[in-house]
Amino acid sequence: MSELESLLAGYDPEVRPPVLPASDVSYVVEDTAIGRMLLAADASGALVASTFVPDDPAEAHAVERLSRAISPRVLRHPRELDEARRELEAFLNGRSHRFTLRTDLALATPFQRVVLPRLAATVGYGHRATYGELARAVERPSASRAVGAALGANPLCVVLPCHRVVAASGALTGYAGGLAAKEYLLDLEARESGVDDPR
Amino acid sequence: MGVTLPAFQTLVDAHWRDVARLAHALAGPVDGDDVAQQAWTQALAAYPRLQSSRNLRSWLLTITHRCAMDGHRSRGRRAVPSDTVSELAEQSAATAAGLGSAAVGGVGGGVVAGPEAGLPDTDLWQRVADLPERQRHAVVLKFVADLDHAAIAQALETTPTMSRRLVSDGLAALRKELS
Repeated sequence: MSELESLLAGYDPEVRPPVLPASDVSYVVEDTAIGRMLLAADASGALVASTFVPDDPAEAHAVERLSRAISPRVLRHPRELDEARRELEAFLNGRSHRFTLRTDLALATPFQRVVLPRLAATVGYGHRATYGELARAVERPSASRAVGAALGANPLCVVLPCHRVVAASGALTGYAGGLAAKEYLLDLEARESGVDDPR
Repeated sequence: MGVTLPAFQTLVDAHWRDVARLAHALAGPVDGDDVAQQAWTQALAAYPRLQSSRNLRSWLLTITHRCAMDGHRSRGRRAVPSDTVSELAEQSAATAAGLGSAAVGGVGGGVVAGPEAGLPDTDLWQRVADLPERQRHAVVLKFVADLDHAAIAQALETTPTMSRRLVSDGLAALRKELS
């Protein structure tokens, strides 16, 4: 490249990033008490994702999942998630025991669309259930492994309380946000609800 | 199932500086931000209908160029007839190649905008601003936006051959004034 061409290529004005209106999908990434999470809402404002993104690749993967499942018009728009952030924060510090957010299971599989609402409707704050109990509750008594998989890929972590489901032995087994996060949530709920016997 | 497009935010993160630089180089510091903003708004509106996820950067920069041209016309700046030899030659070449005039909603055939005010206040950028319009755009698209001649030709609704010629004529004019 000639000197002239380099001078042209080196053009460096003072510039500002664009400000775009919220579009089909808005998201924000937040550091919470239980880890780094991505919250996303669709154009109607319904929460479609509440998921753990410990690092940048996990965040990129979650964003691409939104793009494929809902619309490629995905934009980082923290203000669209203000209410979700407030409710999540209140829940995680024990001030609130429930979510009033409107949710949409656009990212869920058909089986998750059966299991997750059933879970939310039947296993309340401070209570626990086993995978087998939840399998029976959705009338698939032999499907506790499938229930485990459905919960493991829960697109709406915390909001749809898959953390309340444990092994028949009482072991916490796994959690998308890590066992420490699951333990935090179960301890918080036990403390705040005053439920002596969580079963 | 259509093409798999990356989330729009990844385009913004990767390319907003390039879009802004091109907008500023074409429209100047006063209107540059508006042109870039308009380009992103148009790109966002059109994005789900895109048929290919290749060359997204070129696609964005082509939209930016179009917005700069549209903005230029709507701001009603002084227009002069296109009467330079190279532009007449280019038009006949484009006609021969069967290129329509509205493929990317681009520049009017017989009228080009006059020299732009407001580029960085240096000798070089003043000389760039004084270039004939098509040469100026070709030079900016080539070196500021780093587009290849296929993309420049599409933005200027001409042929890659003519894009090369506009760039080399523009550079020659700039060198001549430098010496």
